[in-house]
Amino acid sequence: MKTNIDLNRRSFLKAAGALGTAGVVAAALPGCGEKAAEENADFAQEALGEVPTEGMQYRHFDNLEGVNASLLGYGCMRWPWRTNEQGENTELDQEEINALVDYAIAHGVNYFDTAPKYLKGLSEEATGIALARYPRESFYLATKLSNYHKDDSLQEGKDMLMRSLKRLQTSYVDFLLCHSISNSEGFIKRFIDNGLLDWLCEQRTKGVIRHLGFSFHGDEEAWKLLMEYHEKVHWDFVQIQMNYVDWEYPSEESMTSKRLYEDLAARNIPVVIMEPLLGGRLSNVPDFLAQQLRAQRPTQSVASWAFRFCGSFPQILTVLSGMTYMDHLQDNLRTYNSFEALTEEEFKLLDEVAKVYSGYPIVPCTDCKYCMPCPYGLDIPGIFAHYNKCVNAGNVVSSKADEGYAKARRAFLVGYERAVPSVRQADHCITCGLCMTKCPQKINIPKRMRDIDAYVEKLKQGLEL
Amino acid sequence: MLKKLRIILAAIFFIGITLLFVDFTGALKGYLGWMAKLQFLPALLAGNVVVVGLLLILTLFFGRIYCSVICPLGVMQDIFFAGGIKAKKNRCSYSPAKKILKYTVLVLFVVALVLGANALVAVIAPYSAYGRIAQSLLAPVYAWVNNIFAYFAERSESYAFYSTEVWIKGVSTLVVAIVTLLVLAVLAWRNGRTWCNTICPVGTVLGWFAKFSFFKPVIDTTKCVNCTKCGKNCKASCINTNNHTIDYSRCVACMDCLENCSVKAISYKWVGPKGGSVKPVSVDEVNAQRKACEVQSGNVDSSKREFIASAAAVAGGLAATMATPKLFAQDGALADVMPKEAPARNSRLVPAGSLSVKNFHSRCTSCQLCVSKCPNGVLRPSSELKSFMQPYMSYEKGYCRPECTNCADVCPAGAIKPITVEEKTSIKIGTAVVVAERCLEAGGKDHCGKCSRSCPAGAITMMHTVNGDETSPKIPVVDENKCIGCGKCENLCPVRPLSAIYVEGLDIHRTI
Repeated sequence: MKTNIDLNRRSFLKAAGALGTAGVVAAALPGCGEKAAEENADFAQEALGEVPTEGMQYRHFDNLEGVNASLLGYGCMRWPWRTNEQGENTELDQEEINALVDYAIAHGVNYFDTAPKYLKGLSEEATGIALARYPRESFYLATKLSNYHKDDSLQEGKDMLMRSLKRLQTSYVDFLLCHSISNSEGFIKRFIDNGLLDWLCEQRTKGVIRHLGFSFHGDEEAWKLLMEYHEKVHWDFVQIQMNYVDWEYPSEESMTSKRLYEDLAARNIPVVIMEPLLGGRLSNVPDFLAQQLRAQRPTQSVASWAFRFCGSFPQILTVLSGMTYMDHLQDNLRTYNSFEALTEEEFKLLDEVAKVYSGYPIVPCTDCKYCMPCPYGLDIPGIFAHYNKCVNAGNVVSSKADEGYAKARRAFLVGYERAVPSVRQADHCITCGLCMTKCPQKINIPKRMRDIDAYVEKLKQGLEL
Repeated sequence: MLKKLRIILAAIFFIGITLLFVDFTGALKGYLGWMAKLQFLPALLAGNVVVVGLLLILTLFFGRIYCSVICPLGVMQDIFFAGGIKAKKNRCSYSPAKKILKYTVLVLFVVALVLGANALVAVIAPYSAYGRIAQSLLAPVYAWVNNIFAYFAERSESYAFYSTEVWIKGVSTLVVAIVTLLVLAVLAWRNGRTWCNTICPVGTVLGWFAKFSFFKPVIDTTKCVNCTKCGKNCKASCINTNNHTIDYSRCVACMDCLENCSVKAISYKWVGPKGGSVKPVSVDEVNAQRKACEVQSGNVDSSKREFIASAAAVAGGLAATMATPKLFAQDGALADVMPKEAPARNSRLVPAGSLSVKNFHSRCTSCQLCVSKCPNGVLRPSSELKSFMQPYMSYEKGYCRPECTNCADVCPAGAIKPITVEEKTSIKIGTAVVVAERCLEAGGKDHCGKCSRSCPAGAITMMHTVNGDETSPKIPVVDENKCIGCGKCENLCPVRPLSAIYVEGLDIHRTI
């Protein structure tokens, strides 16, 4: 299993870095003199530069026959919603989704990753509608077997794949993943004991599944087991959570991305990256960290650093990003259509940033919503998003004597009511623990809820924090 | 000049009290709370000798200034009357005092107060009647406007405004407020202070004092040209132009007649403790001069009636119902949260500071000021006849939070006595009781213990249902000596619509 990218990381970086320097100069000064006449041009475009249509990097691995995947993959977990008059999200905004897909394809994206459970179960259908307008062989489609709730029988597994194919309007999927393996018992129960993995291998032989892999959010024991299974079932690819924070400083009890990546690289298994931005959190790091990054590359977004980090590793097949809005997509295309790998210094800088960031009291929630619905009505990701927003904005204070306490208190409490309705706030958590079994980030949700509620109570009562 | 002064002072009081009622943030109570405390009946019920004394002395000196400046219901009627008199000038005429009616109402009122028939007291007490109108009809408008600001503030990352929920706190109180507003609007538009001089018990009491007031408007018959303009535009119908007398028990010292008189024959002046010598002077005596003054008739401007229509529209707008969210129960979605329902409590829950339900019941004039100030949606007016429109507590929307003493801070009637935050933590207003059949933990449906963990008094312990059997399910047990009845357990109990733990009121509050 030899890849056509046989540069080791260091020499790869050197090569990319040399190109990168030239690229920065070119990117930073677009149209300084010659475009002065085009005063009427769109200001935003002018300031940011055109989104390049060419230049997407494609990755090919020998074991993935016929696959030439774009380095930027489209994660279909965060399609935009259409909000109805009651302010509820009841349907996806298909028009906008089509426009995003059109734009992505026109700019070289060809990998789309969805799952039956995404977006309250609506993602596959919407993705299918958008992609059905293109020749089937012009893109790669990945979906998953999300049999992690309730029914994990063989029949349900089979039915789930068939339902996916139907919703995706296709007769085969390029990539199929055993969805979200979190522990070995779960893996054995969902895929081994019921014979589902054997059946999936069969489907791979038949061509219904072109490539078989799994997505991982588990512990060391599960990882070892899955690596053992590689000998038997031969994983064509593996999807892992990887970003510059999790690389060495993962949250809670998770394994480092470094360890996962190196194990896969050692076995020549192509790696698909999920959560390169940690659910958007790495595009919104605390101000002083963001300033360090902007100081290096003033014209580039904070998010671009996370994407360049991921793309800088040779064993990566594609980096999935759940781009909800056109500007997310455009920003990522700017990164990947004139891709520059990180330099050695930049790796060091990100390591520093990651070290500081991991020490922040931020809740490592990526807004994946696997924990939802909470049977008691809590808006778990909403509560965490508000809390993180306040941490980043410096509105979580540690003492009443802190400067700006009154302002921070108001921002936290007023913002809390806006972000989450009273009946869905942290104080309603009864610590039943159901969410803990579902959280891929292994967040101790009940404890976090208790802590946030205690903080809110102290703010409300004006007690010392 | 005096009329202008009266209007300016009245505007300050009226706007101040209205703001006090519509302000849901509690920010204004510190600045404007005194305006409510200055109200006659609440001060009387609160046993506030200083305020009652001051008001009586004020009346004894200057006449019923209270009625035309301090009383918001009176000022509200003046606003309607101003519309009426503009639409049609000279629409009033002198009418004899309806003494039997007004003293009967006063006696009934006092009897009702003594017997504790608060429904009657509440309906006709003037300040409370206005409070209900402000709280039920104006506060929602204020809140909606605020919510519009909050909408834009939210979108510009500003925390200057936050939105607040508008909900019907009590249907019967809303209906009473609407009816009161409509009746008073019509009466005041047509005849001015009919209500104040026939029904209002405060008006009757102060009127009796005003008869002897040291300052009075007096008609100088040597100047009077018998044009009768003063009488035809007197909102109190108290100027008898035939014999040039004024019924001072009904005069609200509005000073309108001073301005209306084209020959300056009426002046507001010191007449001394004896009440001056205002003796009737017959028309014939000044008949000669009468023709000198033309009676002018104004045009009817019917468009002004839109004023009333707009008031009705406000009422209509309130019919908005609470929409319960319909959400998917699919993966990744928000679970539906059923709204809570109020349990049938055996005894009423009234706020800490009330001392007892009885004290609360006997002093509260149902002005709704505490209801408008409750930030947790706990207080709402009752619909029961016994405690008609008087507020009570219930914990479906929130609970009585430890840091809040808003209701005790603002109550002008002494129904809720002032307390500190520290005192509040030890005042027991009720006791939580457990409904085992509904409890998640006791029923083995889920591990919960929410009430036990969240009790601020540490009064709830989870105990095994079978003594000594570690495997038996647990149930919350309330230590009634520690529980203060704040309702946090009831409000946060995950069981809906009826909580598995709820608070029973205590007739006599006590300190623990």
